[in-house]
Amino acid sequence: MSWSEVAELLGQGLQETAWMVGVSALLTAVGGLLLGILLVLTARGGLLSAPVVNSVLGLIVNIGRSLPFIILLVAVIPFTRAVVGTTIGTTAAIVPLTIGAIPFYARIVESALREVPGDVIAAAVAMGATRRQIVGKVLLREARPGLLAGLTITVIALVGYSAMAGVVGGGGLGDIAIRYGYQRFETEVMVATVVVLVVFVQLIQTLGDLAVRRLAHR
Amino acid sequence: MIQVSGLHKTYRSRGHDVRAVDGVDLHVREGEIYGVLGQSGAGKSTLLRCVNLLERPDSGTVEVDGVELTALPGRGLRAARHRLCMIHQHFALLSSRTAAGNVAFPLEVTGVPRAERHRRVAELLDLVGLTDRAGAYPAQLSGGQKQRVGIARALAAGPKVLLSDEATSALDPDTTRSILDLLLDLNRRLGLTILLITHEMDVVKTICQSAAVMRDGRFTEAGALTDLLREPGSELARGLFPLAAAQARDGESLLDVTVSGDSADEPLLSALARTLDIDVRLLDGGVQSLAATRAGRLRIGVTGDPAPAAAFLRDRGALVAS
Repeated sequence: MSWSEVAELLGQGLQETAWMVGVSALLTAVGGLLLGILLVLTARGGLLSAPVVNSVLGLIVNIGRSLPFIILLVAVIPFTRAVVGTTIGTTAAIVPLTIGAIPFYARIVESALREVPGDVIAAAVAMGATRRQIVGKVLLREARPGLLAGLTITVIALVGYSAMAGVVGGGGLGDIAIRYGYQRFETEVMVATVVVLVVFVQLIQTLGDLAVRRLAHR
Repeated sequence: MIQVSGLHKTYRSRGHDVRAVDGVDLHVREGEIYGVLGQSGAGKSTLLRCVNLLERPDSGTVEVDGVELTALPGRGLRAARHRLCMIHQHFALLSSRTAAGNVAFPLEVTGVPRAERHRRVAELLDLVGLTDRAGAYPAQLSGGQKQRVGIARALAAGPKVLLSDEATSALDPDTTRSILDLLLDLNRRLGLTILLITHEMDVVKTICQSAAVMRDGRFTEAGALTDLLREPGSELARGLFPLAAAQARDGESLLDVTVSGDSADEPLLSALARTLDIDVRLLDGGVQSLAATRAGRLRIGVTGDPAPAAAFLRDRGALVAS
C-alpha cells in the first residue's frame, strides 16, 4: 500500500470519525445535560425532591453504564433501524454511540452541578428566584467550567467507543486500525492511524481546556 | 417588624431527632438591630433559615412586616421574600458573575428592565463603596469586598429586613469592624431592620440594640440590651463585661456593680467613698460605649459594712451583686 493510498484512507477515516463523534457528542451534550439536571433536581432534598423517580433514573443510568459498548452496539440495532432507517454505516453508528455516552455524561453533569455550593443555591431561593431561574442562572451557569471539562472527557471517550463502530460498518479511524493493523498485520497503517488518533484527541483536549479556562473565574 | 411565635424545628440525623429550634419567640422592632448570640450548634442558623422559610418550621408562625410567611403558598412566598434579604458567612456569591453581575441577580429575578438595572447596580455598589471593583470577579476580591458585594446584592430588591448569617465570622477584626460600621450606617440611613446571628460577643456589643442568648434551641434571655444589663445574673452582661476572680482583703467586701445609661457616666465611686467615708478599691472591670448605650461592670472592694454601700449604688441606678 503506497503512502498516498494510506493518506487517502486516513483522510476518509478521520472524516467518518469526526462525523460520528461530532453528531453523537452534540446529542449527548443535550441528553446528558437534561438527564443530569433531572438527577440533581429529583434527589432527596433537591429542588424537585422525588426519591422514587431519582432511584429509577439512577438505575437506568447505571444499567446503561454497565453494558459493554460492543454489546450495546448490537442490542440497539432494532432501535437504530427505527430511528435512522438503516442499521449499518456511519450514521447508524451514531445511535448506539449517543445511547452509550448519555449515561456517562449524565453522571459527570450530576457531579458538576453538585459542586455548586449549597449556600449559593439557598441565597438564590432566599432572593425569590424560581426553580427555572435557579437551574439556568445559578446551577448551569456556575457549573459551566465543570460541565465543559466533563464534555471534553466524554468526547474523547466517544472517540474510543467509535473504534468499535466498525462492527456495524461505521468506519472511522479505529476501524482502520483494527482491520489493517490488527487483522492484516499492516503495522505501518496501524501506527499511522494511531498517530492521527493521538493528534485528534490532543486537539480535543486542548480546545476543551482553553474553553474551560475562559469560563472559570477562580 | 419580625414576629416569631412558638417556633419548633426538628431534624432527623443518623436516626436521632435533633431539636434545632425548640420553642422560640422572637420580636424584632422596626429599625432595630437584633443579635442572636450562641455557640455553634445552638440552633441559631436554623432559626434564621426559618425566618425566611428556607426551612419550613414544624410548628409556630413567622410574621414579617405584617405578612404571615408561614401561611403563604409558594408563589406568594417568593414575592414576600423580596422584602427580606440575607447575607452569608461565606458570602454565597456567584463565582461566574462580576461584582456588578452579582448585584444585578435579584433584579433579574424580579424582572427589572435592563436600563433600570444598570442604574440600580451602580447606586448599590456606590452605597457599599465598591464602584471601582464593579467588573471584578469574586475570586479577585478580598473577604471584606465580597461581603460588601453580598450586602449590595441583598439590598437590591429594596428589602425592609436584612438577615445576617454570621456575616463577619470569616473576616479579620479590622474588616469585621468595617462591615459592622456599614451595617450600622445602613440601619440608620435606610431604616433597615437587621436580625443577625453570631457567636461573637463583640458583634452584639458593637451594633445591637437588642439581643438574645440561644442555647440548645431555646432563648435563655432576650430583650433590649439596656434591660438585659439590669437583669441580675444576665449571661449577656457577664459575657459583655467579664470580671476576673479577685480576693478580698481583711475587712473588705467585694461588690459587682453593673452600670448602664446615665449611671455609667456618673462619678459613682468617688461619690461612694466620699459620702460613706470608706475606701473603695477597683479590682476589675470597665465602662464602654455599646451601640445602644454606655454600660459597664466593675468589681470593687469596699471597707466596712457592704450593705450601705450597695444601697447607695442602687439608689443611683446601678445593679449590685455581692
